[in-house]
Amino acid sequence: MANPATGAATVAPATDRTALDTPPPELLGALKRYLLALADDEMLLGHRDAEWTGLGPILEEDIAFSSMAQDELGHAKIWYGLRHELGEPSPDRQAFLRDAPDWLNARLLELDRGDYAASLVRQYLFDLAELLRLEALTGSAWKPLADAALKLRQEEKYHLLHGQAYLERLAKGADEARDLLQAALDRLWPYALAIWEPVEGEADLVAAGIVPASAALAPVWRAAVVTRFERAGLTVPLSHDAVTGGRRGEHGPELVTLLAAMQGLYRSDPEADW
Amino acid sequence: MTDEARLADFEARIARGEKIEPGDWMPERYRSQLIRLIQQHANSELMGALPEGQWIPYAPGFKRKMALIAKVQDEVGHAQLLYRAAETLGKPRHEMIEELINGSSKYSNVFNYPCDTWADIAMVGWLIDGAAIVNQTIMQTGSYGPYGRALRRITYEEAFHLKQGYDLVVTLITGTSAQRAMCQEAFSRWWWPTMMFFGPPDKQSVHTEVLQRWGIKPKTNDEQRQIWLQKFVPKILELGLEIPDTALRRDAESGEWHITQPDWNEFFRVINGDGPMNRERLALRRLIYDEGSWLRRALEPHLALPKAA
Repeated sequence: MANPATGAATVAPATDRTALDTPPPELLGALKRYLLALADDEMLLGHRDAEWTGLGPILEEDIAFSSMAQDELGHAKIWYGLRHELGEPSPDRQAFLRDAPDWLNARLLELDRGDYAASLVRQYLFDLAELLRLEALTGSAWKPLADAALKLRQEEKYHLLHGQAYLERLAKGADEARDLLQAALDRLWPYALAIWEPVEGEADLVAAGIVPASAALAPVWRAAVVTRFERAGLTVPLSHDAVTGGRRGEHGPELVTLLAAMQGLYRSDPEADW
Repeated sequence: MTDEARLADFEARIARGEKIEPGDWMPERYRSQLIRLIQQHANSELMGALPEGQWIPYAPGFKRKMALIAKVQDEVGHAQLLYRAAETLGKPRHEMIEELINGSSKYSNVFNYPCDTWADIAMVGWLIDGAAIVNQTIMQTGSYGPYGRALRRITYEEAFHLKQGYDLVVTLITGTSAQRAMCQEAFSRWWWPTMMFFGPPDKQSVHTEVLQRWGIKPKTNDEQRQIWLQKFVPKILELGLEIPDTALRRDAESGEWHITQPDWNEFFRVINGDGPMNRERLALRRLIYDEGSWLRRALEPHLALPKAA
């Protein structure tokens, strides 16, 4: 099946077995970790996108990033919600009470917002990855995961349309804008590669047909990125050196600062109704 | 037709309740007053996004975080709508935003007060959005078509903000003792800026007479303030919040609320740039504008706004 966003074939889960309503107990730990990585990525991107809300460089993009922020936070809530159904605390408690070493996001998503060019590039790189992953997850043997992926991918398509339109408009225009976009891409690239760092136990989930192999998605994503950015006149770095560790809970100081802000008030009284 | 005849015709249309549309003849003073008014309203939406927007990273929990993003997004959308309504009178948006950041065009004083606690977000959402709804519901009956239509859409969205603000206030005032204290403290501070929101008493207001005759401002400041008091005071008392005006009382016969006048000297000080947050808010808006200049330059050839593919 052709992926409408990337033009590349989607990667189907490894096996073709009957849909699972409940995940096998021996895979529960790995599944929760995988979902946490998905949730944490979206949570942080939503938080960062909302740093443009009310502060956007033009009104139209202020509004666009606010919409994407709400979408990403909504997705995070769905992934935390699936974990909640597997016995974890409520989405609020997962997002607002966990310390940095317990976060499994790729470091790309925790980096400071940066300028508008950096936000646009980060969003686009992530959305291309996310759509690819969601397309593959629609074939998950664990039905709740397949259902959620089906629901979420529509929104990611709108994000891609937005990113593509602005990227091409800006990169094909003045040197000033193209230079800022290229600088952002160069800086973010090693972090973006690490979107595909697998969580511990991913291989078992792949074997059970619950998730696609990150290593199989990565080259498809990379090809799509190269096509899209080069069409806009930007050069994708050749490097394969990824800043990994995020999926194992290793993070930079940006995440600690972000969480101190995001969780501070909630943690001032986690038992209170806010 | 002579200008006098045109003016008579124009005033007759307004008296009949007709709407004035962008291409119609209008007195220059009508045009300039409307631009001033709509521009200030648009500015207020844009500046109002700052104090609330700055609380988004700290919002406690998914529900509040997402609702606050949506709310501030609405405010920015309102600014966009209103600048467009003002543009129909011949003034381009970039010129209006430049006047805002260089301080030559005003915005609502309330956004020059600090929002130091989470309860301030509740107060802005309830008291100030509630006041804005009173004002906008009246203004949408005004004579200029595009402004009225923009306001109808805005008021519809503001109703959600008011609900959200009220829900926040109720959550805090029925919460822990720390939450209740924070709520009362914020309320006490916001009472006076809210009383000032509708502007000085009618006898001191410089703009009102001609604005009323031309259907630009259908009700006076005092009338609007009274509508707000009628709506809000009973709810405030019902929630058990203490109003910092000890002289507040309701006239048994007329049903009108009598208030202690807020410090109107402070009002004029703030409007002339010397409020607690004027410099900081404008400096931030200026910084955003400067940092976004490359983007506006790059988008200039596309300002005909080709749709996303």
